[in-house]
Amino acid sequence: MRTGDFVEARRRLQEKSLAATEKLTTLSQAARLVKDGDHVAVGGCMFTRTPLALLMEILRQGQKELTLSKNLMCNEGEWFMAAERVEAIITSWLGIGLPWGISRILRENAESAEPKVRYEDLSHMALGLRYRAGAMGIPFLPTLTMLGSDLMDVAEVKPMTCPYTGEKLSLVPALFPDVALIHVHRADAFGNCQADGYPFMDADVAAASTRVLVTAEEIVSEDVIRRQPERTIIPGFMVDALVEVPFGSFPHECHGLYRADYGHFDEYVNQIHEHGTEAIRLYLERYVFGVESHEDYMALFDREKIEELVQEAAMLVEIE
Amino acid sequence: MSIEYSNTELLAVHASREMVGVNTIFAGVGIPLLAALLAKHTHLPRLTIVVEGGSIGPEVIPGYLPISTNEMRISHRAQQLVNITDIFLLTQRGFLEVGFIGGAQVDQYGNINTTVIGPYEKPKVRLPGSGGANDIASLCREFIIVTKHERRRFVPEVDFVTSPGYLQGGTTRRDAGLIFGGVRRVITDLAIMGFEAETKKMQLEYLQPGATVEQVVENTGFDLLIPDEIPVTEPPRANELEHLRRIDIDSRFL
Repeated sequence: MRTGDFVEARRRLQEKSLAATEKLTTLSQAARLVKDGDHVAVGGCMFTRTPLALLMEILRQGQKELTLSKNLMCNEGEWFMAAERVEAIITSWLGIGLPWGISRILRENAESAEPKVRYEDLSHMALGLRYRAGAMGIPFLPTLTMLGSDLMDVAEVKPMTCPYTGEKLSLVPALFPDVALIHVHRADAFGNCQADGYPFMDADVAAASTRVLVTAEEIVSEDVIRRQPERTIIPGFMVDALVEVPFGSFPHECHGLYRADYGHFDEYVNQIHEHGTEAIRLYLERYVFGVESHEDYMALFDREKIEELVQEAAMLVEIE
Repeated sequence: MSIEYSNTELLAVHASREMVGVNTIFAGVGIPLLAALLAKHTHLPRLTIVVEGGSIGPEVIPGYLPISTNEMRISHRAQQLVNITDIFLLTQRGFLEVGFIGGAQVDQYGNINTTVIGPYEKPKVRLPGSGGANDIASLCREFIIVTKHERRRFVPEVDFVTSPGYLQGGTTRRDAGLIFGGVRRVITDLAIMGFEAETKKMQLEYLQPGATVEQVVENTGFDLLIPDEIPVTEPPRANELEHLRRIDIDSRFL
């Protein structure tokens, strides 16, 4: 698809069924809707509400030559690079967080003679506006951000003079991902999704994408959704596949349910410091390729630690 | 009587003191958030902290400092949680008075680089990228740089302008379309610097306690404007340090 091609994006959307049927399926069936060469947009932000169960299933199935986009990319970006499944990464930032330093694999790729992965830089807001333009079904949005910076030369952006005021603007083109991956707190069988806490960019990511795959911590009755419809961030007609996956974002976090496991990140990064990026491949062997289901995966973690993270999450949303 | 404090504590205290009469602040994790929380405790009890992940007016439980700007710990008791894009749109509209930024490289016009050391296509060191830094520098009413004072950081010209300061100085920021905003101050462990009104070149304004002009010059890779009189900042007070240490109980950032 040409950059910002809203006409083609709309044609593709109009080919898909919007029927309000039950969307419930398995992780494996859902992930099969991702094809080689797809642009996969990832919901959540950093290590919060990341659709990790879906991402891990895609790694197990082996789809390749993917483009991965996410506002701030966490270690899931490193996994797809280490497993050689991505061609391009579109993000404003990649790493785990300040205390864990710069991503080793990001550095090795960019600093090598022939980088295997194309890394598309832009600002956090610019990426948000690219999803927003896609969600709006238009080719671009004007903004002031990135003006004057060197991102104007390397990011997907064009300068323009405002036809009304004569001021300078930057135009960021719409993104129309092939597939959106979203993790939410609850959904009904028809795919009406509710998330607690931060909405992040998930509603825009879903609306901009041709196909939408969702994991929910819990499948609830229609009545639960209808009782608080203002909490719904994605309507069922957008959703193509829905899977119930408790702890579907772990060891990343899910608002009010479980906190991110910093200790797990420490261990992951320590292994990379000690053994280089080969440690990422060993990690994938243990946590992704070495397990068959999300239940098996969760069994690799210490139950007491999980309980601690669940309790902290509850404490953080409590208002005395 | 002298009080012991770390460089990070010194930076957080001065970042907090810079917030005079401020109502809204765009704060990243680490020193900016510590500074904002300190300011709320000392002189700005009704300061609204706004955080990139989409959190407006959050509070922090001492000992539970966030590491990412998008996690639960920084949505505790928030007044509103919005889409990340909308947080930046509020900033573009002009609701955010002050933003804070750190950086691998800073130049004499306050431009910041967090993208690459060396050429973009063939970097010597690839850094994580802009995140929201470019947006904060472009869109807040003004921003403040907080960083360690090292010669390798304070370069004449950054390798890559990730976040725009005054670009090439003079009116170049305005000419590029950034009608509002700019850098107010650069706070380091050795000094506090501002920018000359016309040329927009960095100038020394205060020395931190114990630092000398020679030390500042030695650790700056470009010619800093140096006035005749340079006052020394007031060292961190006991109550400021006490509060900082109470928030960051396990010294994750201090």
